[in-house]
Amino acid sequence: MAESVQPPGPDKRIRPFSVKRQTGFTTVAIICFVALYAPILTLVVFSFNAGESIANWGGFSWRWYEAAWANEQVKEVSVRSLVIASCASAIATGLATMAALGTTRTRPYRGLTAVFVVINQPLMVPEIVSAVALLIFFAMIKIATGYTGLGYLIAAHTAFCIPFAYLPIRARLESMDLTLETAAADLYATPWKAFRRVTLPLLWPGILAGAMLAFVISLDDVVITEFVKSAGQDTLPTYMLGQLRRNVTPEMNAISTAFLALSIGLVTIFFFLSRRRK
Amino acid sequence: MITISAAFAEPESIVSERKSAQPLAFRAFRDTLFGPSETETGGKRLAKAAVEARHVTKAFGDGPERVLALDNVSVEIRENEFFTLLGPSGCGKTTLLRLIAGFDHPTNGSILLNGEDISHLPPFKRPVNTVFQSYALFPHMSVADNIGFGLEMQGKPKAEVAKAVDDMLRLVRMEELKNRKTSQISGGQQQRVALARALAPHPKVLLLDEPLSALDLKLRKEMQIELKRLQNETGITFVFVTHDQEEALTMSDRIAVMSAGHILQVGSPREIYDRPSERFVANFIGDTNLMEVEVVSVSNGRARLRFASGAETEADMPEGMSEAKSVTVVVRPEHAQLAGTGDNGVLSGQLENVVYFGTDTHYHVRLDEGVLFTVRAQNVRGGAEERQPGARTDIVFSELAVQVLRD
Repeated sequence: MAESVQPPGPDKRIRPFSVKRQTGFTTVAIICFVALYAPILTLVVFSFNAGESIANWGGFSWRWYEAAWANEQVKEVSVRSLVIASCASAIATGLATMAALGTTRTRPYRGLTAVFVVINQPLMVPEIVSAVALLIFFAMIKIATGYTGLGYLIAAHTAFCIPFAYLPIRARLESMDLTLETAAADLYATPWKAFRRVTLPLLWPGILAGAMLAFVISLDDVVITEFVKSAGQDTLPTYMLGQLRRNVTPEMNAISTAFLALSIGLVTIFFFLSRRRK
Repeated sequence: MITISAAFAEPESIVSERKSAQPLAFRAFRDTLFGPSETETGGKRLAKAAVEARHVTKAFGDGPERVLALDNVSVEIRENEFFTLLGPSGCGKTTLLRLIAGFDHPTNGSILLNGEDISHLPPFKRPVNTVFQSYALFPHMSVADNIGFGLEMQGKPKAEVAKAVDDMLRLVRMEELKNRKTSQISGGQQQRVALARALAPHPKVLLLDEPLSALDLKLRKEMQIELKRLQNETGITFVFVTHDQEEALTMSDRIAVMSAGHILQVGSPREIYDRPSERFVANFIGDTNLMEVEVVSVSNGRARLRFASGAETEADMPEGMSEAKSVTVVVRPEHAQLAGTGDNGVLSGQLENVVYFGTDTHYHVRLDEGVLFTVRAQNVRGGAEERQPGARTDIVFSELAVQVLRD
């Protein structure tokens, strides 16, 4: 009997299937990573170029970051971008939270699918179509009211940010245990108190994720902004597009790299916030 | 036969017996927690209804998909009682519990709490708390915050909430875990927190929705005793939902057996077990031997019955069945015995199978009329010799063991 006993531990000859051991896996993976990150890496590297070229390396320097920092126009469009993104993502997240509650915390009703479609419309309508539609629609309002402020851009950004804020919030709500809210009601919490004390605290990671996503999407938008903006209402992306049409210097690389750092920073903050909540 | 007749002694007023047997220390502890309970100061008010369902119907869906979860159910749950709703899944027991809690509202009929119609009150206005099957503890709050939640929502001052939380923690023996997150404690501990949270606002009625089903066997046994202790100490009416007949029998003062949206029988565990009124109740609770027997005569509610073997016995006839020509009777396996030499057998047949269980042995006997009959015998040292399968045998039982079912 004793000699037939297997040594403890997994049998080395039988390994579970793993895609990692398929022929060519490493090659394909490397190609994918290069395609994804080589352009970004080049952009970041050349933002530190001491020379004027975005293709020939002339040594390390911070000069283009200094140039961008000193550029009043860059500052102005950056602030405008941040203002629009903050307002639009805040409004969109508020609306998206209500929409998510309205579509998950009710008995299923007729036309619920239609409601999903309406809320997620910006994901399906080509952006250029929305852009043209908004341009024409806002032109009519402009003529009627004479108002030419940032409100148009904020409204437009809010509209296309809603689905991006809505999706993570709804996902969070759907994964939440409904009996928690029932339990709160059972323990004398009025609907509002149950929402404030139980639903909302548990929903925070979803709301935060939605807000972050909306913020980044708004910050990044070119097409709709380009169509809707009035004169002198350039945002960072449309300003960069304008500059690229003229002469290209590593200043653009520097601005882009700063932009990238901001995005990564936001995602990192969110990641740690949501981890701490768990 | 002596053992059987003893088992049949009528369990008059089990409730009052248990209450008076309650140790003084328990009562003192409860009184410091909640103040003296009304039933004890009121003396005769013991049998007062805490919860009453009157002709309650609950339908889900409409049109052809309409399902009746409860069909004209009426039941009275007394104050201070450990009342169990027992039945298979889908019988409507959880629906009835949800109607009492206020999570759903009856389609027809009404729910009364201490004589007051609460059918249309939302859950947060009912002095009734629930222990959920999944516990439903708030994951973002500490153990103490969970327990204090109900009192806080009632607007009680902070100091009072803190004191009640400490009392509750002591009651469920969880003082050391006060500041833990609910995700950092074991399933059994979560169960205790869920109980403490529901008991803290001192509800009129505590509803328990299969709260023990997620626990392993050993922990479940412990919690059964714990629940019984809590009910004694707090004097709160417990309405307990389960599909586990053993759990129901060991814990309840009274049981309502439910099936397909109806309450079939309400009674003490002993009444339900010994005197099942219907085939479903007899089958659902415990092991049973069911037999068709001929009715020879009926007088004054007593019937003379004749088994297929020709033996006759007497039994109580359910109301409204005096015209029946034949009825179904139930005999519990432990109320019957294999005949020894010299006994006059009631039934006879061939021993098919002997199953040894340690504490007792089951004998499966194929009766001459073809029905399989099980006899359960306690194993005692120096008891009768082991019977071998294939042997002829007679079966004896007293007429007290025979219960006629309403069909």
